[in-house]
Amino acid sequence: MVELWFGIVSVMLTMYVVMDGFDLGAGVLHLLVARSNEERRQVLAAIGPYWDANEVWLLATGGALFVAFPRVLASGLSGFYFAIFLVLWCLILRGVSIEFRGHVDSTLWRAFWDSVFALGSTLLCVFFGCALGNLLRGLPLNAEGWFSLPLFTDFSTRSPVGILDWFTVLVGVFALIALVMQGGTYLAWKTDGPVMQRSGRLAAGAAGVLCGLWPVMTILTLRTSPQMFAQFATRPLAWVCALLAAVGLVAVLAAVRRRSYRGAFLGSSAFLVGLMAATATAVFPVMLRSVGGQGDSLTAFNAGNDPSGLRTALGWWTIGIPLVVAYFVVQFRVHAGKVTVPREGEGY
Amino acid sequence: MADALVWHRLQFAFTAVYHYIFPQLTMGLAFLIVIMKWRSLRGDERWNDAARFWIRIFGLNFAVGVVTGIPMEFQFGTNWARFTSYAGKVVGHTLGMEGLLAFFLESSFIAILVWGERRVSRRVHYLAAIALWVGSWLSGYFIVTTNAFLQRPVGYEFAADGTLRLGDFGAFITNPWAIAQYAHTIMASVVTASFVVAATGAYYLLRGEHLETARRFVRLGVIVGAASSLLVAFPTGDMQAKLVARYQPVSLAAMEGRFESGPMAEITLIGQPNVPGRRLDNPVQVPGALSFLAYGTFHSDVAGLNEFPEQDWPDNIELLYYAFHVMAGLGTIMIGVMLVALLLAWRHRLAGTRWMLWLLMLMFPAPYIANTAGWLTTELGRQPWVVYGLLRTVDASSTLVHSGTALFTLIGFCGMYFVLGVLFLFLVAREVVHGPVPAAEGGHG
Repeated sequence: MVELWFGIVSVMLTMYVVMDGFDLGAGVLHLLVARSNEERRQVLAAIGPYWDANEVWLLATGGALFVAFPRVLASGLSGFYFAIFLVLWCLILRGVSIEFRGHVDSTLWRAFWDSVFALGSTLLCVFFGCALGNLLRGLPLNAEGWFSLPLFTDFSTRSPVGILDWFTVLVGVFALIALVMQGGTYLAWKTDGPVMQRSGRLAAGAAGVLCGLWPVMTILTLRTSPQMFAQFATRPLAWVCALLAAVGLVAVLAAVRRRSYRGAFLGSSAFLVGLMAATATAVFPVMLRSVGGQGDSLTAFNAGNDPSGLRTALGWWTIGIPLVVAYFVVQFRVHAGKVTVPREGEGY
Repeated sequence: MADALVWHRLQFAFTAVYHYIFPQLTMGLAFLIVIMKWRSLRGDERWNDAARFWIRIFGLNFAVGVVTGIPMEFQFGTNWARFTSYAGKVVGHTLGMEGLLAFFLESSFIAILVWGERRVSRRVHYLAAIALWVGSWLSGYFIVTTNAFLQRPVGYEFAADGTLRLGDFGAFITNPWAIAQYAHTIMASVVTASFVVAATGAYYLLRGEHLETARRFVRLGVIVGAASSLLVAFPTGDMQAKLVARYQPVSLAAMEGRFESGPMAEITLIGQPNVPGRRLDNPVQVPGALSFLAYGTFHSDVAGLNEFPEQDWPDNIELLYYAFHVMAGLGTIMIGVMLVALLLAWRHRLAGTRWMLWLLMLMFPAPYIANTAGWLTTELGRQPWVVYGLLRTVDASSTLVHSGTALFTLIGFCGMYFVLGVLFLFLVAREVVHGPVPAAEGGHG
């Protein structure tokens, strides 16, 4: 049961990365691929119907963590206190920028919100990557399983560590590039004209950079937290996931070359799914790894709800998840094909 | 530590009060939009113009409601980490269900409702309105059930490490406190939406604009507003008061500023609680009414604060007392105004009665204030506990968050929410000035 819920939380977090990943990535690219108001409205119309529901994956993952591993949620969120609020404020500003932009017909107003949207999206990609980097590097848990990290110390990965060090920032940059690929392939799929061409080019560029950066990141990760390598080697599932990620990355490059952008988006999604799944498989059952503190790591086994609570939660989760899938299918059907920019004053 | 606790409490209170400005309108408005779409399906195109206008307002409220709601879920972990690890195995169920069963429904169909009108048939658009209504009322139920568990914990057991775990899911999800509180809260949100719709209609009538649509706004607002403001008081408010009397007698005493115990307990209309002197100054009271409302007979004993150890008293009795009286007083005034307006509407004189239109227009903040005061009553009355009788607020906050850090994020929220509020009001005002224009005449599609 605990194993199952570790899987459920991982799957939901992966869904968040894949789904919100494409609208975050679109936000990063917003100012680069869309120059005129018409083009920018194309970008916003492409993500408009989805971004809110995509973000619910984050809340739903939080909810799943709350019920299944409350101790992990409590320790993680309070330990990253300051960074969490930076993320929340970015989410607020980015969310309202999408909604407010179209309400006033003024170039200045729109330019302001376009910039907030792009900047907020970029910072979020980096922050989420940093968060993942922190989990990989490990945290100084005390005897009761709490920790508190400053935003940064001397940027080394040795104790005392901060939220930002060279490794976590690098993971942040890696996440940014990966989500640029995700957003770029999505925009290339859903838009046409110059926005499609520029998005496709940038996505291909991002995929190229990832081909070089990914092996480097893997080596650095294994050096920063060597015990991951031992588990990785003995878990065939992790190898399969890593293979999926590699196939996805190659598929992006091949599909962009053939201008089959839907295929590229699927390849990019496979890359993200493979990467997240490989990581989850390799770290299981550890959720918050203790390094340099007196406490033990928080794992799925020592921080989890009891089996009967998890069974109850599985009951409502099993009812909920097919409905969620159905909503997304309806959404993608209603808004199928390339986007059409609505009249001025309508939509975004 | 004590310092940090103050900032944790203020930050949670501020962000929660601010957040609830938006869902209280959207929950009620979702219901009114369903009525408007239903009327338009029966052939009256004016109702479709009305719905389109309110969907625009809804969209703005929904957006700000979503972005201010996200910090609420995260603050359980950031600021109240000990609470989360103590009660998370129980309240995690409702918080998780809210995300999965309600938020996805709302966020998927809002897009179809707000700008799918030209893409889907009229019937599907109507169904999207219903989906949004169901989603928003469901999310309200899950969050109220979470709160109800804190007010009156049911369906839990103690785990081996002393934390709480779920014992009986059915009892937890059908907590009688949750049902009463939900009915009360949801009706109060319909009151907010009714007053806002009626006030907007009154504004247009007084300005002589959009007369046909404005009459519909006022009539719908007044009919639904009269019914819902009555339902807020009775039976839902009454049900909740009886539960407070039974399970939180010390809160009831504090809400009424009552220090001495005894039968024939008075209900206080006005007066100032004097906590150091342990008395109520300058009271105007109705004898016996509190005994009757709390327990059903005039002769029932109602306990006063003196009967309880001071460490179990709510820690801000004055604010609790005034919040409760502001809520109850405004609630009574709103019932009165809505009933008179209903009478005028009945006689087809409402649209021509300018003083009533002025009153309706100026009254729209009243339900917002009453809703806020109501939540203050609930939450201050629960003090000094987070989980009533089980976990004290002082034992619930995050231990390692420095008080300066907590103050910093509180100030950050104040600044950000101030700017957000100004922008929101500016954009809503523009929509109101633009008005409910038919789609063919350049209305927003």
